[in-house]
Amino acid sequence: MRSVAVIGIGKTTFGAFADRDLRSLAVEAVENALRDAAVGPKQVEAFYLGNFAGPSFVGQNHLAPYVGMAAAFQGIPCTRFEDACASSGSAFFHAWQSVAAGIYDVVVAAGVEKMTSQSTPRVAEILAGAGDMAGEGRAGATFPALFAMIARRHMHEFGTTREQLAAVAVKNHANGAKNPLAHMRKVITLQQALAGKPIAEPLTVYDCSLISDGAAAVVIVPLEQAAHYQARYAKVLAVTQTSDHVALDHKADITYFPAVKAAGEKAYQLAGLGPKQIDVAELHDCFTIAEIIASEDLGFTAKGQGGPFAASGATAIGGQIPINTSGGLKSKGHPVGATGVGQICDIVMQLRGDAGERQVARHRIGLTQNLGGSGATCVVTILEAA
Amino acid sequence: MGRDGVVYTETVVHAAPEQYAADAPYQLAIIELDGGGRITARILDRSEIGERVRFLEERNGVAYYQK
Repeated sequence: MRSVAVIGIGKTTFGAFADRDLRSLAVEAVENALRDAAVGPKQVEAFYLGNFAGPSFVGQNHLAPYVGMAAAFQGIPCTRFEDACASSGSAFFHAWQSVAAGIYDVVVAAGVEKMTSQSTPRVAEILAGAGDMAGEGRAGATFPALFAMIARRHMHEFGTTREQLAAVAVKNHANGAKNPLAHMRKVITLQQALAGKPIAEPLTVYDCSLISDGAAAVVIVPLEQAAHYQARYAKVLAVTQTSDHVALDHKADITYFPAVKAAGEKAYQLAGLGPKQIDVAELHDCFTIAEIIASEDLGFTAKGQGGPFAASGATAIGGQIPINTSGGLKSKGHPVGATGVGQICDIVMQLRGDAGERQVARHRIGLTQNLGGSGATCVVTILEAA
Repeated sequence: MGRDGVVYTETVVHAAPEQYAADAPYQLAIIELDGGGRITARILDRSEIGERVRFLEERNGVAYYQK
């Protein structure tokens, strides 16, 4: 297997864009990534596109060639990957495999979602399709409801508090307010977060990520060719993808995500390092409780201690392990199919030292964790600065 | 009864999906069944983790419980 490097990153702003369609967002991200990599579209040998629900959100299927041809790719394999909110994490994993295996040299992995053309109740219904529609979905489980039930059990077993959940939202909004590409650039207070409109108890609107439009893309090549394109490439030390039950009621213990724990452990093993060596991380905070649990599953803190850990400031910029310096899904936005590759772009930006006022002091090694559904898919990457 | 059980976790859903908008707010729970296994169901009279609930009926494929 060959080592792989990320040589180009490109994102759109995440937000609600009434005048933009799915394809134009995806093409913008791809063109930004190609420009950053100094690669032309004719050089790209394969295109891996993550998208969760284009057919439901905008009525368009066959999305990868639909985007690929508009990006001026030349008849190359263009394939869509769907693993719920980990769709583009999965696209990246498969893109990485093809380069690592020696099949292609220049590959683009991207993600896109166009969500805001539907009403919020309809979005909730479409997102619920990432769960088990014959069981929990039929009973009336939305994604906020599933994560609310996870939060309640975590609170019951470990004493996690509403204030600790809210601390995650406050921290991520503080970071996102400084991110020019974030959807909601707004600082919030703990009081505001606690007094938010209830969505699924104990979660308020401030515990939930945003419904967003947006796209993200990266260009990857074999490590030995990276410097030819881009001096500031990032080496892919590890990328792992794991799976678990789609239905929450099939899991023995819902206070952790077995798929996250397994993806993390395998990634640390491949990279030859542990959680203490990670300088900065983007974790999948689709809900505040998800960031708390992921911080435990990835070994940044002990099981059950994610709440106090978040409230202590350890995960803020300047803390022991800065988490979601981009603002996370909470503030940056969560166009679900774009999130996994978007996280990789955000970490590469930190590794390059390009994160401006959000820049962390130590930025040699970064980690991303992208979660699908209530934990049925997880993709973890570990990246190292050139 | 194998279909009775204990509340493993629960939530009260305020923002419902389109098809259940008329039901909101409603309590949704995962129930640990006496006969083994778990089910995601509705509880009609607000129960907490650890409380016993009785199976009431099934409507449109959804199990309903109460204390």
